Formats: sequence, structure tokens, C-alpha cells
Amino acid sequence: MADDKFDSIVVGAGPAGVAAAITMARAGLNVALLERGEYAGAKNVQGAVLYSKMLADVIPEFWKDCPLQRAITDERIFIMTDKSAIQVGYKSIEYAETTPANSYTIIRVEFDKWFSKKAEDLGVTLVTGVTVRDLIRENGVIVGVKTSEGDELRADVVIACDGVNSILAQKAGLHREWKATEVALGVKEVLALPREKIEDRFCLEGDQGSTTEMLGDITKGMLGYAFMYTNKDSIALGIGCAVDDFQRTNIKPYELLEELKRHPMIRKYIAGAQPLEYSAHLIPEGGYKSMPPLFTDGMLIAGDAAQMINPTHREGSNLAMAAGQMAAETVIEAKKQGVYSAAVLSAYKKKLEVSFVLKDMKDHKDIEDEVRKRREMLTIYPQLINRAAHEHFRVDGEPKRVHQKRIMKMFLKERGLLNMALDAWAMRQAIG
Amino acid sequence: MSDEKPMTIEAKLGLLTYKNDHQSHIKIMQADACLKCEKKPCVTACPAKVYEWDVAQKKIITSYENCIECGAARMMCPYNNIDWVPPRGGFGVAYKLG
Repeated sequence: MADDKFDSIVVGAGPAGVAAAITMARAGLNVALLERGEYAGAKNVQGAVLYSKMLADVIPEFWKDCPLQRAITDERIFIMTDKSAIQVGYKSIEYAETTPANSYTIIRVEFDKWFSKKAEDLGVTLVTGVTVRDLIRENGVIVGVKTSEGDELRADVVIACDGVNSILAQKAGLHREWKATEVALGVKEVLALPREKIEDRFCLEGDQGSTTEMLGDITKGMLGYAFMYTNKDSIALGIGCAVDDFQRTNIKPYELLEELKRHPMIRKYIAGAQPLEYSAHLIPEGGYKSMPPLFTDGMLIAGDAAQMINPTHREGSNLAMAAGQMAAETVIEAKKQGVYSAAVLSAYKKKLEVSFVLKDMKDHKDIEDEVRKRREMLTIYPQLINRAAHEHFRVDGEPKRVHQKRIMKMFLKERGLLNMALDAWAMRQAIG
Repeated sequence: MSDEKPMTIEAKLGLLTYKNDHQSHIKIMQADACLKCEKKPCVTACPAKVYEWDVAQKKIITSYENCIECGAARMMCPYNNIDWVPPRGGFGVAYKLG
């Protein structure tokens, strides 16, 4: 391997890396794709929701052979207390009437195997079981990578798509370690359940699917949320919270997940389901302000390694695929000039700025800070609106106007007019 | 489900496939730092129960072979005292579903 020189080395066979490798291979570049798992996907964890648009940009007509689970027609949010939930959602079979659907649930390992095979079919050299530990520099310019076994591999340019625990971004001096406030820790179980049961419990027809995001008491005041996604014959149930909150509270993530599984609003959905797999993963939720510089002489960064996540909209792998593609296009243009300096590679940042990737990240850059400052909102509002709903539906012989007054009084007493106005203003500003 | 006992972390980890390396990818850099660490968040917050406080030896014992490679330990440690790198190529956890 030491003697080979590639046009480009991509580190990490996740959504960003594979999208980058495919885009470069199509333009005739000689690409090596290095993956530390025994197979692509072995180290990867996601909810997982796949958004069609960004995958179709890389693999047109992906739906013909991509291992998809269910076309999402139902998106729900549960705002929960320990005994109740406000349940809102939007369901439309229109989402499943188009091909492709807006989004699908996927099993990430199956997807990554399929996606990386597409890269191999286009001539990309996929090497699995290789952990990259360092970069090779010549005259300050990055010209290759070193593996944990001491092997060296050279290329004109390296694209670091090595995920949230990116070693390469640090080795390149582009970023220090994340802070505990910049990452969330998610734990998940995939629970097997016969498809008829899933379709009955979630009111789904055929291959239609549903997603449920859950907020409120289930995170015990920690900044985070839970999710429940339907696969064909399994349910993915997970919960994620900010790492600094786990640090502060000494809450055990697997116990939090067990409590969620037993929650009265959730337990019937998964009753009798058999756990197939438990997993944990970090989610880079620091947002725009935590992004490292995205390029340097001889290297670009894409995906989780660069904090490309929009947590308010549950998006990440789509940003990764789009960024991987843009990094690849930048390299293709650089190859025409034969120059891979930071100045030339800066075109990558410009592409991201015109696209949804940096626009969405900029628009949501303050949301987590604002919620942290007003942390009590996370518990007060779910409690208040649940109690308000309880009051609204309760019949106790009192006239309705008395119920309405009680609701108003409760909000004023528990949160106060000024605080409510400030909360609304902060959220309005943060969401943009 | 509500009638069943909670699933232990040991049972959760038992669902997974690992290829164990003979060398650890996790190091506690300064044993002294753990002595002054009151909350020891690594012990509670690690989702794979890798870190345990050994009362007799007064140090953190790392069961690195349990690690499911989230990487949170690095940020979790208030003293930045955990040196965590991904396992060598091909070793560690191999998710089947992810």
C-alpha cells in the first residue's frame, strides 16, 4: 500500500465520505476510501431517517436498489410528562405517492454497505479495517495519511470524513477537542416486532412509516430529546442529551433509555418487542459556532467531523452527503489547476455558503445557547401545556370559563407574563 | 414490557459483536486526577460501563473491551484525563444494524 499514490484519499465510509468518493470517481479521479470498521457501517449509528433529495443528487434513482425500510408519511411530536403527553403530528399519504418519498427510515449498516458498494462499482478503492491515526505533511502541506499499523498512503488531497471523533481535524490543527457542551450522547435500541403489529400500532399501510420525536420529562431537564422510528419489522427507540448534562447529573444513559421504554405513553408501542441491538453515538450539536475551519493546504473536512448537524430539524446525514459532494467538486476543480492549496480549496466554503448547509446552520446557530440560558423551559412548558390540556378536557361540573381562568392563572403563576414573553422572543430570535 | 424487569447494561452489551484487541485504546493519563474528581462522570455516563471506580486500589479500572466507541469519555472527564482513540483497524465493536 505504501507505494500507491492516489488523486485523493477519503477517510471514513459514512454518508460524507462515500458521497465524496463517488463524485470524484465519476470525474475519473483515482480515489482511496479508508474505513476503520471491518466493513462500511460497522462503526456507524444513526436514528435513522434518510432524506431523498441529497442521496438522489449522488445516486439518481437510488430507490431502485437501495435498502430502504419505510417511506415516512407520519411525523409526530410528543410533549411529555411522566403520566401524559400532548401528541401532535402531520400525516400525509402524499409523501408516499411520489417516488422517491420525501424521506425513508433506513438501517444504517445495510445502507452504508450498499452506498460504499456503489463507490466500489465506480472504481473507488475501498479499504476496510484501516484506522487512520495521523497525517503526512511535506513542507507544511498535507500529502497523505498514516494508519495505526504504521502504513503510509499518499495523495494530492485528503478529505476527512472521519466522523464526530475526527482525529484528522485535530491532527491538521484545525480544531481542538470538542467541549462537553458541543456534543450530545445518544443511546438507542432496535427492537424486533412483526410488521403487522407495527402497522396496527402506528396506523400504517404497507411500507408507510412514522417518526416520533419526544420532549419533556423523559430527559429529566437535560437538553435533548427521544425518538421512535418504524422500520419494516423493527422499531428504533433512542434518547440523546447534551454531554455536559450527563456530566452534571450523573444520569446513566442506558437507565434513561430503560425508563423511556417503560413510559406509559411508549410501552404499548414496543410491548413484546425483542431487543436486537444496543448502540451509542455522539452527535455534534455545537452548530455553526463550533465548526472548525473546513479546509487547509491539502485537506478538506465534511460531515460530523465538521459539526454539520441541524439538530432542530433532525438533519445530519443529508448535510454530510451534500458537503461530501461539494468537497469532491472542489477537488475536481483543483485537479484541473494541479494546485491543492488552502486558497484553491476555499471554494468549498463558498459552495457550502450558497447551499442549504451553511444557511441552515447559520440560521440555527443560537438555538442551543438560548435553550441552555433558559433551561427551565425544558421542564416547565411540557408540564404547563399538559396540565392546560388536562384542564381543558376535564368535566367537573364547573363552567368552561372557570377552567379557562384556571389555565391562565396557572401559566401566570408558574412562568409569569414577562418570562413567557422573553421565552417567546428568545426562541423567535434563535430560530430566525 | 412494563411487567418485565429492566434490561441491564450487561444484557444490552451482550447483544453486540466485538473483535477484541489485546491492547487497550483507552488510557487514564494521571491516576491522581481521579482521586480529586468528586462526581466521576465517566463511571455513570459511559453508555457501555467501561469505567469503574476500584475502591481498594483507588483508581479507575477500564474495561476497554466493552467500549462501543461513542467517544464521549474524552469530553465527559472534567480533568481531560481520558486518552481515547479509535481501536486499531478492524478491532472493537461491529454494529450489525447501526
